[in-house]
Amino acid sequence: MTETTNAPISLEALHAGDRHEFTRLVDSHSPAIYRLALKMLGNPQDAEDVLQNTFLKALQHIGGFEGRSSLSTWLYRIAANEALMLMRRQRPEVSISDTVPDDEEPLEAPAQFADWCCLPEEELLSDEARAHLDQAIRHLPEKLRIVFLLRDIEGLSIQETSQALDLSETAVKTRLLRARLRLREILSTYYGKRLKVRSLEND
Amino acid sequence: MTEHDHTDCRDLLGSLSDYVDGSLGDQLCLEIERHMSECQNCRIVVDTLRKTISLYHQTAAPADVPAGVRERLFRTLNLEDYPG
Repeated sequence: MTETTNAPISLEALHAGDRHEFTRLVDSHSPAIYRLALKMLGNPQDAEDVLQNTFLKALQHIGGFEGRSSLSTWLYRIAANEALMLMRRQRPEVSISDTVPDDEEPLEAPAQFADWCCLPEEELLSDEARAHLDQAIRHLPEKLRIVFLLRDIEGLSIQETSQALDLSETAVKTRLLRARLRLREILSTYYGKRLKVRSLEND
Repeated sequence: MTEHDHTDCRDLLGSLSDYVDGSLGDQLCLEIERHMSECQNCRIVVDTLRKTISLYHQTAAPADVPAGVRERLFRTLNLEDYPG
């Protein structure tokens, strides 16, 4: 094998049905797609289903992909759709009585004012805290969760997130802010308690 | 200090994401900073919001796809396992 695995994926080769190039696409992008699915759905079996369906769809539709977004944004777009569809199938009531406020509704005012930034890193990122961080994401309504995951976990730009989700950039920004503020509230409750425990221990 | 519904605080809330991402105009940044110097709650909200995002960035290390998951994915896609 003389070809380097780091060479950019060739869209031309993918269009020509080059299986080796498609394998490289799968290998380079499956960790990110799997992580997104896992954080979105919270269980490995569902994440695996989304991973498989994403690349099956990619294989079917690569011929129609014209490269208007990056390959990675295109894959995120397929994966996000697959994850949302799976969630709706599992909990059909979610799409009917979704608790997400409309993008036009006023933002929820912050209610937690514990200043937990000073907690030591080993406390902020303990195993328990990490589990709590993941759990907090799953408390977000799905429409906010997917925006947060793409932007703040996967590191897409606002523009890429809007392409992946077929949303306006304004809607992405509004949902991102709502998601971040909600997570801040949840984390403030959690770390605020840790802060109290520490101050009692130090008394 | 449990109430946090001052008009200024509410007005600034909508700009906080752009502010912590560094994509807010100079004028609005100055307004936020001026307000934060007088409003402890808003300062805490901004600091903890920034920390919230940074903690998630820190936990976002790429996770490998478990071997079994990769194997089943390759089988589903009828792909050979090319080495390297």
